[in-house]
Amino acid sequence: MFKRILLATDGSKHSARSANHAIQLAEQFSGTIDVVYVVDEQTSKSDVLHNDSKYEIERKRKEKIQPVLDQLETTTIDYKVRILHGEPGPAIVEFVNTNDFDCVVIGSRGLNNLQTMILGSVSHKVAKRVDCPVLIVK
Amino acid sequence: MILQKMKQEWFGNVRGDVLAGIVVALALIPEAIAFSIIAGVDPMVGLYAAFCIAVVIAFVGGRPGMISGATGAMALLMVNLVADYGLQYLLAATILTGIIQILFGVFKLAKVMKFVPRSVMVGFVNALAIMILTAQFQHFVGETWVMYALVGLTLAIIYLFPRITKAVPSTLVAIIVVTAIAIYGNLNVGTVGDMGELTQQLPVFLIPSIPFTWETLMIIFPYSLSMAIVGLLETLLTASIVDDMTDTESNKNKESRGQGIANIVTGFFGGMAGCAMIGQSVINVKSGGSRRLSALVAGVCLMFLIIVLGGLVVQIPMAALAGVMIMVSISTFDWSSVKNLNKLPKTDAAVMVTTVGIVLITHNLSIGVLAGVLLSAIFFAAKISNIHVSEELVLREQKKIYRVEGQLFFASVSDFPGKFNFTDSVDKVEIDLTHAHLWDDSAIGALDKIEMKFEENNIKVTYSGLNDESHHLKKRIGGLSKASGH
Repeated sequence: MFKRILLATDGSKHSARSANHAIQLAEQFSGTIDVVYVVDEQTSKSDVLHNDSKYEIERKRKEKIQPVLDQLETTTIDYKVRILHGEPGPAIVEFVNTNDFDCVVIGSRGLNNLQTMILGSVSHKVAKRVDCPVLIVK
Repeated sequence: MILQKMKQEWFGNVRGDVLAGIVVALALIPEAIAFSIIAGVDPMVGLYAAFCIAVVIAFVGGRPGMISGATGAMALLMVNLVADYGLQYLLAATILTGIIQILFGVFKLAKVMKFVPRSVMVGFVNALAIMILTAQFQHFVGETWVMYALVGLTLAIIYLFPRITKAVPSTLVAIIVVTAIAIYGNLNVGTVGDMGELTQQLPVFLIPSIPFTWETLMIIFPYSLSMAIVGLLETLLTASIVDDMTDTESNKNKESRGQGIANIVTGFFGGMAGCAMIGQSVINVKSGGSRRLSALVAGVCLMFLIIVLGGLVVQIPMAALAGVMIMVSISTFDWSSVKNLNKLPKTDAAVMVTTVGIVLITHNLSIGVLAGVLLSAIFFAAKISNIHVSEELVLREQKKIYRVEGQLFFASVSDFPGKFNFTDSVDKVEIDLTHAHLWDDSAIGALDKIEMKFEENNIKVTYSGLNDESHHLKKRIGGLSKASGH
């Protein structure tokens, strides 16, 4: 049922927790996981400014999501890493809807009401607009 | 094939490019005017520059999706030239800037830009942000609370309006609202019209009216060189950011050449020198622009709006523009560099702070960059000139082994011989260079000197572990300075 799982991550502790759930899902249904990390404009700008080459930027970004990858390494699950560009919400939605995913696993950042109003919740946006089941991990 | 590629570059994303182009045009107008005011010229000079550069770059640039126009970095460099010699010299300097940039492109000097360390680039953007901010202070001199209130309102709208919708650029909304308040509230505040003339017509081709003498060239050349370097630096940085944002490649040498062509054309059509704009390029990509068409639409749309709405543009209060510039300054500044200043290597932090400091003292971005590059070169030389020598005594053979680690070159060898003990009572000395690299004749000279000193005490010297390159160098120039040869 859940053969292709998308795990959205930003390298935070919260998303490490979502990784756990994604792994359990994948093991249950012997599915694969696509680990997705979205680089927004602001991050693009400061990453380019602070690093000497594309390769260094790529390495740093992989490093950032390394905790999640380490978790996956301890399992036998087939996984891929995808780095997308743009605003996190829309970028994930577009990627999910143009590829056949069976489930999206995404962490909720645990913002309060004011922060949600100002920053907007990525997980809500994704849940509202993707065409497949979404698991929001609190 | 080529036709196919051109079609892709131009019309691969028509809808996104047209929409993004319009958004960029609207965001460009206030900035082009504000940068003209920083440079001390009529608003038209910046607007013509934004128009000409955007349109020309659409055709000859190397990074589709990037927006170029009149910029703060360039405006700040031309302040003195304009104040001392006037607009005509600025136009001539703009043309010369373009010529220098084309030469940079032809000789593929874009590559040299990678020798500008990241800490210098961070210092560059931070200094630029501070200079844009301080350039706004003059507009507050002798003003009442009304000015402060309008600037505050402008900033509030810029930062809060995107919560309602992101379809319209919030800077435009802020400018419209604040201008409306100033007009209908009959507020007596300074406007764009007070800063200079705004003619509602297309730019025309003119040759700058300057005396074509050696003296003129000597006046404009330093400015042009600074602008050429700073323009390319900001352009290549922006191009890399757009590359990363869109996950595509771009042709940096073509872009350098394109910037040159754009500046030459701009100079002949009454515009000031410009370069790529980080903020506008981000807006363009975020709004869906990715091809050449978006820059063309941005330029044409900007000119159209000025011709149609020029009468309204002159009524924009300076408070609104100052607010927009404060926003530009805040978003240009690299806040993470301040947050992480204590985490950075001390030398990197020193280079960054020095670059900013020198720019603020000299009011010249290019001098700051140069100083930053020099300082980091010195730090680098100091860092890699650390040589570590460890010794091991082999009693059975009456031999001492010195293991050398590090880079041997002119800056590192001065105290190198001091690390050897020439009066040891041994028969043989082995110098192990497995973890060392010989770079120049100073390194060879130092080794020869060491060998000679040992031989004076009847100690025989052998070398081991030389890598190929070092070996060749040693063979080529070694032994010239000592009698025995080796």
